[in-house]
Amino acid sequence: MSSLLKIENLHVNVEETPILKGVNLEVKAGEIHALMGENGSGKSTLAYALAGHPKYTITEGSVEIDGAKLNDLDPSERARLGLFLAFQYPVTIPGVKVADFLRHAVSNIRNPDRKEGEGLVPMREFRKELKQQMESLDMKMEFARRYLNEGFSGGEKKRMEILQLAMLKPKFAILDETDSGLDSDAVRFVSEGLTKLTGPEMGVMIITHHERLLQYNTPQYTHVMMGGRIVETGDASLAEEIHSEGYAAIRERHPEAAAEQEQTEALAQ
Amino acid sequence: MSTTTVAPPETFNQEAFEAFLAQRDDPDWVIDLRKKAFDIYNEKLCEPLDPEEWKRVDLRTFQPQKFALSSETPTGSKLATQLQNEAEFKGQVTHENGHCTLSQVDPSLAEQGVVFGDLSALVHTHREILEPYLMTKAVTPDRDRFSAWHAAFWTGGTVLYVPANVSVDAPLHSLIALTKAGTADLSHTLVILEDNASATLLEETLSGDEESPGLHLGCVELIVGKDANLRYVQLQNWNQKTYHFAHQSGLVEANGFVQWTVSALGAKLAHVHQDVVLNGRGSVGEVNGVTFATDKQKISYYTQQTHNDMQTRSDLLYKEVLRDKSRVIWRGMIKVDKKAQLTDGYQRSDALMLSDTARTDAIPGLEIEADDVKCTHGATAGQVDEEQVFYAMSRGLSRYEAMHMIVEGFFQTVYDRIPVEAVRKTLNDAVIQKLGIGD
Ligand SMILES: Nc1ncnc2c1ncn2[C@@H]1O[C@H](COP(=O)(O)OP(=O)(O)O)[C@@H](O)[C@H]1O
Ligand SMILES: [Mg+2]
Repeated sequence: MSSLLKIENLHVNVEETPILKGVNLEVKAGEIHALMGENGSGKSTLAYALAGHPKYTITEGSVEIDGAKLNDLDPSERARLGLFLAFQYPVTIPGVKVADFLRHAVSNIRNPDRKEGEGLVPMREFRKELKQQMESLDMKMEFARRYLNEGFSGGEKKRMEILQLAMLKPKFAILDETDSGLDSDAVRFVSEGLTKLTGPEMGVMIITHHERLLQYNTPQYTHVMMGGRIVETGDASLAEEIHSEGYAAIRERHPEAAAEQEQTEALAQ
Repeated sequence: MSTTTVAPPETFNQEAFEAFLAQRDDPDWVIDLRKKAFDIYNEKLCEPLDPEEWKRVDLRTFQPQKFALSSETPTGSKLATQLQNEAEFKGQVTHENGHCTLSQVDPSLAEQGVVFGDLSALVHTHREILEPYLMTKAVTPDRDRFSAWHAAFWTGGTVLYVPANVSVDAPLHSLIALTKAGTADLSHTLVILEDNASATLLEETLSGDEESPGLHLGCVELIVGKDANLRYVQLQNWNQKTYHFAHQSGLVEANGFVQWTVSALGAKLAHVHQDVVLNGRGSVGEVNGVTFATDKQKISYYTQQTHNDMQTRSDLLYKEVLRDKSRVIWRGMIKVDKKAQLTDGYQRSDALMLSDTARTDAIPGLEIEADDVKCTHGATAGQVDEEQVFYAMSRGLSRYEAMHMIVEGFFQTVYDRIPVEAVRKTLNDAVIQKLGIGD
């Protein structure tokens, strides 16, 4: 049976403000979905809500992976069920070495019942695997000994997210603007890296404003968000249309959602 | 100002002092020093403590009369030392309840003239080495009541003397233990490195159990000669029923280097006055602090980095983690003498708060009389960043595990400054133990 991530009528508040207003979306293993939408339309909110960020409260609807409801699970439990979010803004954890962090992460994801203090994946195997993955992402081994994201450039941080994705092998990966703010070489590394990782085992949701990531990883579905809802779904040609023509036409087709989005943004000011 | 007469606690009064002297067989020169110090102690008891140093430290719960010197010589308990198994030591000295229970040193060191042993024994055999330094330069008895008290009643302690041009390449170990309820330990640590000598001394303090109240009135004197190189670590790991008061001072001569790591994990109430005095041109003092306070612990530091000559450099980094209702106080001062041009002084304290009931005060200060210097200071205090916790949890770490990683990471930057693997490992293990991983 192939895995299914099912988002039904999802409503999410960010500190009391309603942001998502009924999102419906299904991602199956092996599929690539593009999630597009103007700034402020709610893409990152969806990503954080799925991952379980404490500030993002689900007020209605549900998220399930293969029938297991995520709503009341903490971020760690969701990750152990196979969900992965590549952050738009990866967090720095000073003093924590990449390799140590990843070894703990891998141990928990591969042994979801693991309690703290219980055995970690054997050092040798782990090192070998890490080395392999780093090589295939063209990362210097020196990164494994550095502190997590500390002093990393934008591109290095995003590559680190892809490395984590590669090591954790989730059922579902959400990539939140993994290509933003990178120069074209860095975008290429990230795009090619992702291409190597995708396959029939993993469902992917790519949040992006650019074409590059989607050129390397062609989506079967493109969704457009506006005002906290998915207002259109199409195939790869919808993404191309938005890249060449922008959102004006979509806004015209969905005047209510466009107005709501403006309202939410005004509230956020 | 009115003078009030304050009597010493019963356990440290005239009678107790005479009984103490009668029980020991100190040489006359030591007895003379003790008697002078006892007089100073009685005077100092009538004077208030320096408010700048003590105003944030509440001594009201401290009842010195509840602690006494122990006259029994222990047979040598099995002690849960953290450091002992972590490294190959070339010498070990252990004190339990103020009495030396173990003193050994590798014969190859003794051949080179290195002296490592118990102060109580060495005052008989090595007067010429000890007398010039024993509470004469680094910590003098007349600083305050605690220094005088210690000078009158010191019970023993660890001495390390390294002659000129001798390098002791393996670390030495000193252990101070309290294993009997109500016992006072007044051990003295005296390190003398002559010119161009080098050594590493790792010292730890611990209690035999979690429940027995204890008192440690310590004194640490580090004498670092020209071009000498000393690494000294004190890992304070008493139980939470123990009071810890100490004057600690290191004097560094020209181009000498001291790297001094203090770690406070234990004690009910600890107050340490720590001085690094850079007396010689080009001398360097590096100070690292690792504090982890939990429950109702109160840990206080009063640190001074004194620059007395040109081109000296001091660098202090204290890291504190606080949980529960603990409190940590750090008062730091960089003093630069008029003639100490081109000095570089740095001090910083970072506190990480794991509970909002914990409290920290960090008060850095500068007193600079020279005009061509670089002196900087800073202090931060903050809660664990929830974004870091979320990020780690989103990678499958439990909340607890995420917090632990963040705390370990917080200390890591100070471990990075400590080149001795055994110390890094011991500190990390102690922190993990205190975090209660696996509970
Ligand atoms: N942490 C937050 N606090 C307050 N408002 C937020 C927060 N995160 C998002 N929002 C608001 O929610 C809306 C959607 O934002 P976001 O999900 O970041 O959009 P996108 O990722 O599509 O650019 C915006 O109006 C934004 O201001
Ligand atoms: Mg976003």
